[in-house]
Amino acid sequence: MPDGLPTEIDLTRPSAARVYDYFLGGAHNFEIDRQLAEQIASMTPNLAATMRSGREFLRRAVRVLLDAGIDQFLDIGSGIPTVGNVHEVAQAANPKARVVYVDIDPVAVAHSRELLAGNDLTGVIHADLREPERILAETRQLGLIDFSRPMGILLAGVVHFVPDADHPDAILATLRAAAAPGSFLVISHSTFEDQPQEMLDAQRLSARTDTEIALRSRAQVTGFFGDWTVLEPGVVHMPLWRPDSPSDVDEHPERFGAFGGVARYDQPAG
Amino acid sequence: MAAVGDPIGADVGRGGAEGYAADWARAVRRLGFVPLSAAETERLLLAHTVRLAQAVRTEPFTARPAEEVGRALVEAHLTEPRALEWSLRALGTDFPRRVLAADGWPADLTERIAAVQGGLAAGYARALRDRTFAQQERIARSAWQARDEVEQALRDSEARFRAVFTGAAIGIGIAGVDGQIIDVNQAFADMLGYSIEELCRINVAALFHADDAAGMWELYQQLIEGKQDAARVEKRYHRKDGSVVWTDLAVSLIRHDDGRPRFTVAMIEDITERYELQQRLRFQALHDPLTGLPNRTLFFETLGRVLDAAAAADRRVGVCFLDLDGFKAINDSLGHDLGDRLLVMIGRRLAECVADHGHLVARMGGDEFVILVDGGEDAVAVAKTALAAVAAPVHVGDQQLAVSASVGIVECPVAETSASELMKAADTTLYWAKAAGRGRWAVYDPERSARDMARAALVAGLPAALERGEFVLHYQPIVSLLEGRMLAVEALVRWKHPELGLIGPDRFIGLAEETGLIVGLGEWVLRTACRDAERWWREFPDARLVVSVNLAARQADDPAIVDTVADALATSGLPEELLQLELTESAVMGSAGEPLRSLHRLADLGVRLAVDDFGTGYSNLAYLRRLPIHCLKLAGPFVEGIRADGTDVAADHRDERIVDALVRLAHALELWVTAEAVETGVQAERLRALRCDTGQGRYFGAPSPAETITARLRGGAA
Ligand SMILES: C[S@@+](CC[C@H](N)C(=O)[O-])C[C@H]1O[C@@H](n2cnc3c(N)ncnc32)[C@H](O)[C@@H]1O
Repeated sequence: MPDGLPTEIDLTRPSAARVYDYFLGGAHNFEIDRQLAEQIASMTPNLAATMRSGREFLRRAVRVLLDAGIDQFLDIGSGIPTVGNVHEVAQAANPKARVVYVDIDPVAVAHSRELLAGNDLTGVIHADLREPERILAETRQLGLIDFSRPMGILLAGVVHFVPDADHPDAILATLRAAAAPGSFLVISHSTFEDQPQEMLDAQRLSARTDTEIALRSRAQVTGFFGDWTVLEPGVVHMPLWRPDSPSDVDEHPERFGAFGGVARYDQPAG
Repeated sequence: MAAVGDPIGADVGRGGAEGYAADWARAVRRLGFVPLSAAETERLLLAHTVRLAQAVRTEPFTARPAEEVGRALVEAHLTEPRALEWSLRALGTDFPRRVLAADGWPADLTERIAAVQGGLAAGYARALRDRTFAQQERIARSAWQARDEVEQALRDSEARFRAVFTGAAIGIGIAGVDGQIIDVNQAFADMLGYSIEELCRINVAALFHADDAAGMWELYQQLIEGKQDAARVEKRYHRKDGSVVWTDLAVSLIRHDDGRPRFTVAMIEDITERYELQQRLRFQALHDPLTGLPNRTLFFETLGRVLDAAAAADRRVGVCFLDLDGFKAINDSLGHDLGDRLLVMIGRRLAECVADHGHLVARMGGDEFVILVDGGEDAVAVAKTALAAVAAPVHVGDQQLAVSASVGIVECPVAETSASELMKAADTTLYWAKAAGRGRWAVYDPERSARDMARAALVAGLPAALERGEFVLHYQPIVSLLEGRMLAVEALVRWKHPELGLIGPDRFIGLAEETGLIVGLGEWVLRTACRDAERWWREFPDARLVVSVNLAARQADDPAIVDTVADALATSGLPEELLQLELTESAVMGSAGEPLRSLHRLADLGVRLAVDDFGTGYSNLAYLRRLPIHCLKLAGPFVEGIRADGTDVAADHRDERIVDALVRLAHALELWVTAEAVETGVQAERLRALRCDTGQGRYFGAPSPAETITARLRGGAA
């Protein structure tokens, strides 16, 4: 679909969102998703761990943002909220925190709506990251996020679904441009750096979901933050990003094949 | 449940529980995904540890709290199977020893631990089953809902499309790649005058129109083969009632997901009115509003097409260029109104008389018409028909008019001409026809045209030639037949043309007379001849050589001629009696049919007057008697007749008698006689015998430059 959203729901094809849910131990998935998940897992035993580590990175990052006073989040590529969702993490710390979820997968969107029904501080948008203007417009329409105040833009495990041909740099620039000073940008992104061959093969398998994964270098991922200030410890393998405790850090943090990083929009001096 | 308010009861070894919980937390975090930080996990599991310890020791014993812990583990998402395994095993092995103080062990500890394990497992399994059901149900519902939403969106867009489709003013039709029409909207059906159902039964191939643009169906073929995605043409359709509708047609291809052609969508807009307006404007632009005939633009367009048609390379094309004779006079006397009506009638007649042959009749403007004769038909026959059609009496108002026309005809192979050449030739030819009189036709003659053009080129060059001094004088001796002495010379002008070489007067004097340049040229001849003659007179005063200069009718007519001659004599210093002016008979008689007034005044100057070419015009002998003429120059033909080579004795005889009579007449009037064109000694002898006074011609010397005359005078070989 060159133009964003699917016009048919094909339940005979696995979906990235549901495969991810399965890896996280959720039951929001179908046989077809589980088959693919098992296949991927058998080739790269790491992968389940990778997904978990991604989820953990997101949780830690959201906490950091909350500590910095951020109380509104735009979570793009949010997937199927199984557990430890952004709104849960955020609202546990600040019951007034607002979260807008965006995903391209209609099933994920429908699921989020169902799950979030009754939670007035959350909203769900069915949209494509490749149409950032549209995401921003619909978010404004929801009225949950005040664009004149700092917010957290979360792009966890999603930018690698945008191939270079779709100009991810421009997409990121558009999103950054919409944010007020003091805002944060969270990105986790798959990489080929320091990776064994099977990881690269698994990447090819993911072509069987609707989207293929573009593995990118640390420099490329860092580039997505533009001129924002990248927080310590920089763009690093996910487990290395501000672990809860040193014992949490895996012996081989690179085995998860993804970088994580957080940056802040500091008001230009003068 | 007594210890609820005191999770870490005094009877529980706190340190043991904490260590146990820490190990437990580490294990579950290692084995599965836990959406909590390590500290949170540990805190959570410590609470469960304490609870389990209390349960083991509480009397009466029940495994219910263990079930609740099992459920709580699921709710905290500690659902990794191996984490459960670890939890249960640890309960059986480490738990009593590390968490339960050794002195507080109940007697049936083993049974209780087993029951706690069982309870935890049951609670866990039940909760996991509930959660799985709930999640499965939720995801399935979400899937269906998503599908509903997408379908709803599809239905909405379908409904919107339907609304556009049915309500559009533009005609929209959808057909399969086999050409079978699948659906059309009302506008489409209306435009073609069919019902929607009727159209849905036919194939687009049936909508063929004979005038479809070249290549249009090939384009359609490419479209349904997937080689093109869209095409746009202007197309005519036959309506059901047989009338024709002009449309602007845009067809685009809809493909299957895999790219195979699926449908074609045609959109047509009725542009009949626009088209007809265009046609009307085009007609107006290409037709003469007065006669309704094609105008010059259309004529040239058509001619261009005929000439360009590649297939016509060996065909012939003809043009009749027709112009009414004296139309201006008719217009002036009858008024423009009637003049216009006359043109309308002539136009109609011309159109009618060539119509069946398919020739194009156009009005070029004014009273000029042109007939394009295509296909090698006889253009002369067409011209004759046209002339006859024009010549039949015309009734305009209550007048009956006899009109005639002239026609210039050009006819040649298509390959050898161009439109502009053809029309230029037609124009020239029409001019010839006009010059030949009324009601005539003329056929283009390329040689004549070439001559005309050369003439025209000469005429154009004359004034500059005079300025640049390209003219020279040659002199031809006039000799006494009696004693053989050179008495006079005739000045003859030559043009030293920079490209054509030396040109004789016969080729340009006529032109000079027509254009009036003769006045200037004649004056130059006169002055030059006077100057040359004055030199001869000064050098050879005894020779008393007369110079004879021709005066053209136009010069002689000019009232200033007397002054000019007087001035030429004065400036050169030539004695007047040594100048002779030669005039033709017609010049002597003047334009008004009367002898020239200036003749007497010229004679009064003291110059001699000669009549040139005597015998060729209508000389009025009565005048001759009273005019101050000194000399007659017998025209060449009479002298030529006296050849005496015996071929035609009778004719010779007659010419000799005429010469004899003329000489006698001249002498009776006391005039000298000069015979021109004397070629042979025999002729000279005869003329002398006839008492002719002087002779001129090749026998006595050809025209030659002044120096030759000077040399002849010097040599005394007169
Ligand atoms: C790997 S999941 C990440 C979920 C969550 N953000 C996390 O980190 O735990 C990727 C999600 O991105 C979504 N996604 C993929 N391409 C997308 C796009 N172009 N626009 C929006 N969402 C997209 C998928 O549907 C899926 O739910």
